[in-house]
Amino acid sequence: MYVAVKGGERAIDNAHAWLAEERRGDTSVAELSTSQIREQLALAVNRVMAEGSLYDPDLAALAIKQARGDLIEAIFLIRAYRTTLPRLGASEPVETAKMACDRRISATFKDAPGGQVLGPTFDYTHRLLDFKLAAEGETPQAPEAEPAGGPTPHITGFLNREGVIQSEPEGDEIPPDLTREPMELPANRSLRLQSLSRGDEGFILSMAYSTQRGYARNHAFVGELRIGAVAVEMEVPELGFAIEIGEITLTECETVNQFTGSKTEPAQFTRGYGLVFGQTERKAISMALVDRALRWKELGEEDQGAPAQDEEFVLMHADNIQATGFLEHIKLPHYVDFQSELELVRKLRREAQATSMPEAAE
Amino acid sequence: MTDQSYNFAYLDEQTKRMIRRAILKGLAIPGYQVPFASREMPMPYGWGTGGVQVSAATLMPDDTFKVIDQGADDTTNAVSIRKFFEKTAGVATTEETEKATVIQTRHRIPETPLHEDQVLVYQVPIPEPLRFLEPRETETRKMHSLEEYGLMHVKLYEDISQHGAIATSYAYPVKVEGRYVMDPSPIPKFDNPKMADCPAIQLFGAGREQRIYALPPYSRVVSLDFEDHPFDPSKADHPCDLCGAEDSYLDEVITDDAGGRMFVCSDTDYCRARREAGHVGAQAPAMKEGAGA
Amino acid sequence: MQADTLKGGFADASVQSAKAFRAAMNAMARPGRIELLDGARPPAPMSRAAGALILTLCDPETPIHLAGMHDCPDVRAWIAFHTGAPIAEPESASFVLGNWPSLHPISRFPKGTPDYPDRSATLIVEMPELSATGARLSGPGVKDVTGFALPEVASFQANAALYPLGLDFFFTCGSEAAALPRSTKVEST
Repeated sequence: MYVAVKGGERAIDNAHAWLAEERRGDTSVAELSTSQIREQLALAVNRVMAEGSLYDPDLAALAIKQARGDLIEAIFLIRAYRTTLPRLGASEPVETAKMACDRRISATFKDAPGGQVLGPTFDYTHRLLDFKLAAEGETPQAPEAEPAGGPTPHITGFLNREGVIQSEPEGDEIPPDLTREPMELPANRSLRLQSLSRGDEGFILSMAYSTQRGYARNHAFVGELRIGAVAVEMEVPELGFAIEIGEITLTECETVNQFTGSKTEPAQFTRGYGLVFGQTERKAISMALVDRALRWKELGEEDQGAPAQDEEFVLMHADNIQATGFLEHIKLPHYVDFQSELELVRKLRREAQATSMPEAAE
Repeated sequence: MTDQSYNFAYLDEQTKRMIRRAILKGLAIPGYQVPFASREMPMPYGWGTGGVQVSAATLMPDDTFKVIDQGADDTTNAVSIRKFFEKTAGVATTEETEKATVIQTRHRIPETPLHEDQVLVYQVPIPEPLRFLEPRETETRKMHSLEEYGLMHVKLYEDISQHGAIATSYAYPVKVEGRYVMDPSPIPKFDNPKMADCPAIQLFGAGREQRIYALPPYSRVVSLDFEDHPFDPSKADHPCDLCGAEDSYLDEVITDDAGGRMFVCSDTDYCRARREAGHVGAQAPAMKEGAGA
Repeated sequence: MQADTLKGGFADASVQSAKAFRAAMNAMARPGRIELLDGARPPAPMSRAAGALILTLCDPETPIHLAGMHDCPDVRAWIAFHTGAPIAEPESASFVLGNWPSLHPISRFPKGTPDYPDRSATLIVEMPELSATGARLSGPGVKDVTGFALPEVASFQANAALYPLGLDFFFTCGSEAAALPRSTKVEST
């Protein structure tokens, strides 16, 4: 005998209780603290801050803990929290030329003022599992140098002086805010950059990779990659000038791209730009490549029909919170729609049978 | 009891104002999709964030709220959304269509006819009826502005030439007030006629796609068809096995390994009310006097 | 700043604006139907209903144009304090407030674009009275036909002819409001 499925509410409560238990895992193993996550899983924290669009390492660490290490779930928690926060104002643009760089490299020059600084990078580590980390032990202190004084000028600035790289127009127009206005297409560059900066790392990486493999290839060199702390300043109307309200770590990448010039423009290099919260260099480089690919129209290039050139395709599918929500919603009951399809298929089959029967009888 | 750590109905006032302005413009231009700055909600995109935002902007403290998913009040997502508003808006909730002032729905329109003092809020996954024919928003927006719906008619006609019938059974497109082609959300086409000339206000929210649209009461809503292939709001040719209703949309339930099945109302409140009124279907369990399911 | 400026807002903003919005939504969804819209105490010459509409719908994102005698220091200060909405020229207004003679010509106000017909102004028309007898209204939101005393007929017919572009109207008097969207067919009796 059929009994309608009841008790959805209790099922949900029980599922949540089980989830909480699984999150904790084996209680004979010490519980993770959010400060351990913040300090020791810092790159996960950085990704959650970048794609969650909220710079708060402690909250990101909490979200990672709550999400059991599922970073997209953690990003979702941060996004949902972020939208409830009041907007007190907008900061001044950050001055990345004044960044206190932990890392700064250029692929286009052997050396430059400010020098090449490798910083804490995986780049030249041999990817051999380090079993010492499985055993507990103290990490030896890394050697230290005096911090370089003064600002580190941008590499592209040197090219700019020579006029061989396209210069970006200055402007004081207020950029649109992706999180407060519906996306409108075609999008201007600042809207595109916002979308890329909070877009899914995997998606942006694959899009960037596709340009390297020939889908709208744009011959990118990493003109400069820098990671470090910058001051955030905000103008206080009562004071009439900007004051520093904090410091954030950013990764900035400027690519230098080949460009042969057009009928109106002499040959020069062009740029792609990436700027992301935290130490997130894979993302920043990817962002710069995709930014460059999306600029084909304003640079008078040809539309090759490549995915990375397709602004609507890239912007509408870069957000992993939108994507995962819609993807996973197909888990929800759809039996009403399925029933209507079932009826239709049965009807079409009946009709097809009815029309083919007389022939079969002949 | 409202949770004091949230604003009434969760959303901040500025967000509600933005949504409310979009609802008013939606009502002024029936069937036109108004872009709105959808917020990230504490539930996933695709799980009713558009409907939830529209409900949050619409609810008053003295409302009585009903949530259904697939016609049922007790499906998990309906339970989850109802709990969300009990917690954040402190509104009374009901399962009875008749008693609700605001009804949020996914995939169904209740069988009980709606009345003037009700608002029906639809959760919409893909608001653009032309999206599956043309994936680009920049193109479909142009098509709406030029009232260029030939592509849709070609698609429906291709169905007929291939299958002998229009092969769309849910999210069946409608034309509103002779102007905009509109997606009714993935309701079965059986429900389409209920949208027309409806005394209640119908609001549609698509969170991920950032669109709100609306039907004022008594709007002209016509399901697209052809003279020689008129729209057919058919359903399973069967009465409800629990309440015997001949006029309600049915779910098919597989009851045993041998492929045994029964048909039951998808609208659980409608079925319950009928059984309480003494209607009995072919496979109804014997009920004690006055006992609900 | 005058002390009165600080008064007359919603004491319980989230609940009062929810109620005011439902009244406004019912009005817009049912052209010509008169709804109670109370809770605001704006300075003269603004009606309570117009005040409630502005508190419910306006903020720094919605430029307001004030027409005629509504463009006065008291009204400006009250709107600035309670909503933060910027005062705007007719061409860039999202909302417009004034009595009917002061609003002419209404073709000055944004009527939307073919791609975005929603980007049009909403006019709040202060009326000496609201009455259900007058012009015949029909269309979405109206079962068969209804009546409403519009200040005139021709302008509203011209506006409806722009559909799906066009302006949308609230009519306010005391603590009552009615509405007329662009989709309504207007005929004189």
